[in-house]
Amino acid sequence: MKVNVYVTLKPGVLDPQGKAIHHALEGLGFGGVADVRAGRFIELDVADGTSDADLDAMCAKLLANTVIENYRIERP
Amino acid sequence: MKTAVIVFPGSNCDRDMAVALEQVTGRAPAMVWHRDTDLPDGTDFIALPGGFSYGDYLRSGAMAARSPILRAVADAAARGVPVLGVCNGFQVLTEAQLLPGALMRNAGLNFVCRNVPLKVENSQSLFTASYAAGEEINIPVAHHDGNYFADAATLDRIEGEGRVAFRYADSVNGSARAIAGVLNDAGNVLGMMPHPERAIDRAHGGTDGLRLFEAALGVLA
Repeated sequence: MKVNVYVTLKPGVLDPQGKAIHHALEGLGFGGVADVRAGRFIELDVADGTSDADLDAMCAKLLANTVIENYRIERP
Repeated sequence: MKTAVIVFPGSNCDRDMAVALEQVTGRAPAMVWHRDTDLPDGTDFIALPGGFSYGDYLRSGAMAARSPILRAVADAAARGVPVLGVCNGFQVLTEAQLLPGALMRNAGLNFVCRNVPLKVENSQSLFTASYAAGEEINIPVAHHDGNYFADAATLDRIEGEGRVAFRYADSVNGSARAIAGVLNDAGNVLGMMPHPERAIDRAHGGTDGLRLFEAALGVLA
């Protein structure tokens, strides 16, 4: 079973990489971009029946650093 | 005095750290591999060196913080054994939640590698007792992910408890409140981005780092 995990910086945490991407987009002539925030996408292939609690623990213990990041789990 | 340096795949300051420890104690440290589950009996000082453990995969220090030896390091820290994490070692300690906060990409996005002036904020800890409070010292930094972050409540708390050991005197990496080094609540775990082991010989351009090791290891001798 494929599970998608999206890890994003918490609101209020400065994102220097997102800012650099934003500047690069402007440099390419793409106007009208108000803000860019970069995150991480992780695709897990887990056993069918893996519980929500286990997936949540994977995110909280390793995939995201909850001091600075939020995560969202997307099941098929 | 039995010291240990934890070695991860990708550590690259482990031998520099070993030189510093041997210079001060007269005895070579145990080099402990990340897959080991125990520290040598009687280890009374642990250093987590700089480098790029596990290639900085996922986040700097993230994989190392979940390696088998870190359980032994956390147990030792809980017993009061001094633990010093430098650069990647600091990142590992935050990822292992032995220290508060997190180290993010430098605000300027550049790898910063130069001598920086630091202000000693806490001269009472076992690591910093050889410095005067407010003293300015010079220690090199070499990092890409040294931008210290914690929420405002955490920053207020650690500042109020005197747990900020060092601050950058100049702007270096965007760290919250210019924090360069943080102590745990018991004062026996220190994480810092600057490299004291690179300032232990006049040939390095300065010996301000040596004083940290003399304090930390002298107290215990």
